[in-house]
Amino acid sequence: MNALLVIFDLLLTLTLLGLAVVTLTSREPRRAVILFIAFGLLLALVWARLRAPDLALAEAAIGAGLSGALMLAAARRASGRTTSPADSGDAEDAP
Amino acid sequence: MIRPLEHILIPVGLIAVGGLLGWSFFLAVTGEAGERLAAVALAHVPDSGVSNPVTSVLLNFRAYDTLLELAVLLAALLGIWSLGTAGSGFQPAASVLDGMVAGFVPLLILSAGYMLWVGAYAPGGAFQAGALLGAAGVMLALAGHRNAGLPSEGRLRLLVALGVFVFAMTGLLLMVVGDGFLTYPRGLAKWLILIIETAATLSIGATLAAAYLGGRPAAHPKSGEAT
Amino acid sequence: MTGQVLYAQLLYGGSGIVLVLLGLWSFLVHAPLLRKLIAINVMGAGVFHILVAIAYRGIDTAPDPVPHALVLTGIVVAVSATALALAFGKRLDQ
Repeated sequence: MNALLVIFDLLLTLTLLGLAVVTLTSREPRRAVILFIAFGLLLALVWARLRAPDLALAEAAIGAGLSGALMLAAARRASGRTTSPADSGDAEDAP
Repeated sequence: MIRPLEHILIPVGLIAVGGLLGWSFFLAVTGEAGERLAAVALAHVPDSGVSNPVTSVLLNFRAYDTLLELAVLLAALLGIWSLGTAGSGFQPAASVLDGMVAGFVPLLILSAGYMLWVGAYAPGGAFQAGALLGAAGVMLALAGHRNAGLPSEGRLRLLVALGVFVFAMTGLLLMVVGDGFLTYPRGLAKWLILIIETAATLSIGATLAAAYLGGRPAAHPKSGEAT
Repeated sequence: MTGQVLYAQLLYGGSGIVLVLLGLWSFLVHAPLLRKLIAINVMGAGVFHILVAIAYRGIDTAPDPVPHALVLTGIVVAVSATALALAFGKRLDQ
């Protein structure tokens, strides 16, 4: 067995699970979304290691990028609702 | 204070589900495998018209799934549109961001075209290319373009339905010719796959960008050109 | 060689199962819509991770393309479901 590869595998898995835990336990919406984007990018890295480059590309572009952009807009609305309803400069959810 | 639901029931249930999943996964991985689908799929890749195994499964062996998936994407966009019109968008960008977006959007479109072409024999394909087009639309929306570079609603409707339409029409035409639904004839497979992928890329990109806007595009005379 | 493949499949598949459980836990415990959505997405990522681990056949062998196609389909469906759910949430806030 290749010891270096085993260490790399363990490191990747631990980082992935650790990122998942902090993503799911963080209270602030924006922080959770940014951690989720980091989680998606690391997942793409793991899939590149598992010989799935097609999926790594798709996950980095769609799973992390587009989902992240969608959720960031929602997080902005969520935090604007709890702290200050009339957030300046953001007319995103004007009727 | 111990709340019984949160502190007892959920952990016990999760441990039970985890044990069950782990046990069945262990059996699935270590168990004696019979003939696997992978062997059949990999053996037929040279006949499929493309040499990337994932693309050949997506667009040839399991083309039915991909057609229905495009339909799911379309249905999700219709759901979003039926919930109301899009907001008034972000503020127009300052000159630095505007200049960066003006440089990046053509690059993204170019790499989407590359991704589409290269998908036949290397990692890439319609979904990745469509995601890049969608990302170009998201960038334009963030820089203050109200319609994210998408065309007016009438043409946008045609664009988002294009993928499903071309896919289904190809299948029906092949059925009329006598080959069966989405069963490509040998010599034509490469070109049929490329046509379907091009249409799918355009509509995936338009759908993702339109989904980012979060509602039906508001009627607006000075909308930009298509991505 | 097979031992190494088996260990990688069990390690990554096992972490996929842990991701599913973490997502399920967060989905059940936390109330806000955005946190529930993130939890569902992490759960989906765990399912994809299990499928990718099953498709793995060693570092120098071609993997199984069928689960890969399933996962590619799943990623796009997940993002469209997320977008629809966020649109519903926006409508609820109004």
